[in-house]
Amino acid sequence: MLDLSRTQIIGIWAVLLLGVLFALPNALPQRTLQSFPGFLPTAQVNLGLDLQGGSRILLEANRESLFESRLEGLENNLRSELRRADGGAVSIGDVSLRGGTLSYMVRDAERVDQAVDISRQLTTAVGVTGARDYDVTVRDGNRILFTPTDAGNEQAVDAAMVQAVEVIRRRIDELGTREPNIIRQGADRIIVEVPGLEDPQALKDLLGQTAQLEFKMVDVDADPEDVSRGRAPIGSEILADMETGAPIVVERRTLISGDQLVDAQQTFQDGQAVVQFRFDSIASRRFARATQENVGRPFAIILDDAVISAPRINEPILGGSGVISGNFTVESANELAILLRSGKLPVELQVIEERTVQASLGQDSIEAGTIASIIAVLAVMVFMFITYGRFGWYANVALAFNLILIIGIMSLLGATLTLPGIAGFVLTVGAAVDANVLINERIREELRKGRRVIDAVDSGYRLARGTIFDANITNIIAAIIMFWLGSGPIKGFAVVLSIGILTSVFTAVTFTRMLVALWFRRSRPKAITI
Amino acid sequence: MKLLKLVPDDTQIGFVRWRFVGVGVTALLVILSVVGVMTKGLSYGVDFAGGLEMQVEFQNEFEIDEVRGLIDGLDRGASNISEFGEGNAISIRLPVPESEDDEAVQRTVSAVLAALETRYPNAELLAQDVVSGKVSDELIRDGILAAVIAMIGVAAYIWLRFEWQFGVGALIALVHDVLIALGLFAWTGLEFDLNIVAALLTIIGYSLNDTIVNYDRIRENLRKYRKMKMIDLLDLSINEMLARTVMTSLTMAIALGALLAFGGPVLFGFTLAMLLGVVVGTYSSIYVAGPVLLWLGVGPNSFLPPETGNAERVEARS
Repeated sequence: MLDLSRTQIIGIWAVLLLGVLFALPNALPQRTLQSFPGFLPTAQVNLGLDLQGGSRILLEANRESLFESRLEGLENNLRSELRRADGGAVSIGDVSLRGGTLSYMVRDAERVDQAVDISRQLTTAVGVTGARDYDVTVRDGNRILFTPTDAGNEQAVDAAMVQAVEVIRRRIDELGTREPNIIRQGADRIIVEVPGLEDPQALKDLLGQTAQLEFKMVDVDADPEDVSRGRAPIGSEILADMETGAPIVVERRTLISGDQLVDAQQTFQDGQAVVQFRFDSIASRRFARATQENVGRPFAIILDDAVISAPRINEPILGGSGVISGNFTVESANELAILLRSGKLPVELQVIEERTVQASLGQDSIEAGTIASIIAVLAVMVFMFITYGRFGWYANVALAFNLILIIGIMSLLGATLTLPGIAGFVLTVGAAVDANVLINERIREELRKGRRVIDAVDSGYRLARGTIFDANITNIIAAIIMFWLGSGPIKGFAVVLSIGILTSVFTAVTFTRMLVALWFRRSRPKAITI
Repeated sequence: MKLLKLVPDDTQIGFVRWRFVGVGVTALLVILSVVGVMTKGLSYGVDFAGGLEMQVEFQNEFEIDEVRGLIDGLDRGASNISEFGEGNAISIRLPVPESEDDEAVQRTVSAVLAALETRYPNAELLAQDVVSGKVSDELIRDGILAAVIAMIGVAAYIWLRFEWQFGVGALIALVHDVLIALGLFAWTGLEFDLNIVAALLTIIGYSLNDTIVNYDRIRENLRKYRKMKMIDLLDLSINEMLARTVMTSLTMAIALGALLAFGGPVLFGFTLAMLLGVVVGTYSSIYVAGPVLLWLGVGPNSFLPPETGNAERVEARS
């Protein structure tokens, strides 16, 4: 064991030096780091929300509502396709969206095959297996059914979630908070973490709304008596006014939808906070035509099925821009502008878990964790030194380097330190010296058997190695399972534990062996105290 | 320099010879734990029970009964109020408000704070958690799954590295450790949450650490002393490793003790579970994992290749 080559020694020191280099930024203030030359690492360990304070929200997509709106879209497409075919020769009736399937009756039996063809063309392929998003079947001779396939549903959820993550990112970026973390989890969930945010309601307000903006004409011909009984004329629907809750009848047909907005800003009009918006060119032309045709009639501006306002068209609006005025404060107008700019959420999201830690508690935890770590390290070091003397001292140097290596690797990987992570740190201290305990006890044992000093040290390291390896593998297994199944803080614990186990084998075995070997070379001791 | 020696050289304690004492204690502890879990149950934290939890800190003295009165006066459902930390903070648990409205949670939080402030103007919200029933069910499922997979995983690893008897022995020792840890939480009523599951998994890892160290020596001695009686051989191996076992358990206890004393309220249960795990894990690797080998008929021939077999492996490890 004493024949360590020069290369090996250089290699070991190089690893430790790198560790120090990567760990160093954590000990320096931001200002110093900014003046570092580019080739030096400046990344620091991320602090988890439990240490720096902030909000974490777990959102889940409402799959049913997504499937429902897909089916409604399909119905719209179907109707317009059938209208176009042969000048509307395929006449249908009894359209139903019940039970998650779309079905309709073809009135003319001769036209069933044609209707099936048109229906099939409305389905799209999913993936490469040849599956479609809907199965089209015929029942009772003239009823055509669209049944959604699992593959189609999953694809729809997936597409909606990809888009939802983007929309959420845009909305939170608009809030101006620092480094939000938005992660897709599983098939239909999204984790949103916003450090430093202590009021989760602001976040939920921003995420809870789908922000589907629509412009529709108000149906002024509806019979007020029918409306009060909740019955709307065919082709119209009853919505509630956002402020008063009063019923307003609007046409079902959407004039313009929010996707066609290119910009929205909070501004002032007559001292009132309003939201100014601009349409894209297609929507501008459409809006111009509609307002020309309907001067004097009111139209409704609708957000998430609630009417914000229903202004009267005083003159044709040709420029493609306008303002939404309502009972806005500056904040609520700004929030609406953000929602409109970021686009609508393709799917309704529900909060199923939320956790908020105030920064003051996080600060207390950091302080308590730091003090506990320092005391733990010092106590273990004293204990090791009085038990093993010089060999204990070597183990302590190794322990110090081990902690530096853990911090360095965590900075390098951009890993997150949580409060349980600090516990993992302390635990690693206790466990890391175990390797040295095993080695040193083995050396004591070999010495008792009367072996020469150098042989005893040699076999101490050699024989203990297998045991150390086996014992650490099991810890790694447990840590991997924790990382796999655990959530936030536990993951943080598992990360520290796994890194700590790997580095401790290096420092406690390889590094201490080098220190012992160098000492033997230097002073060739005839006897050792251990 | 005179160095500290906690365990004298050449101890000859009859750990396995007197195993019936150990087995009696073990059986008693396990039965007590199972009874505790069955009758008292675990007091789930908000992670597993679901609900709304608020942690509130007071600057001055407070009466927990008065706080309870203030909260119950709000009529927001069954409340569960407990102190935590150094006696100046409480945790308030309430059911998640049943409302479609996504501001319902925030209204409840504000109402609670407003009620507290009528008597304690300096009450300060430290943290708030809301866990829906759906998520809490999943967390329970994942927690159980993680513990079971971890136990089977490490036992399988030992089976691969040693022999099947060792794998079974390690598994039994692990089940023993986890049951006693659960028993502690049942009897003390300490909150059982996600962090405790992490602590249990760590216990699994470290208890095994001890077991493996002993098993390694048992295997080594099985090859060395072919004629020795199994009981004596187990005792010899455990005694040989005793100094290391005591030393490592102590360093772990020192580190965890520092965490328990200075690590703050959030980590208290977590650290306590691990400290207990170190004690129980050390105990079980001697009194459970060892004797099981005896009953499963491990002997000098356990590591001999049936015909020629894996002589290579045996050689490499000695």
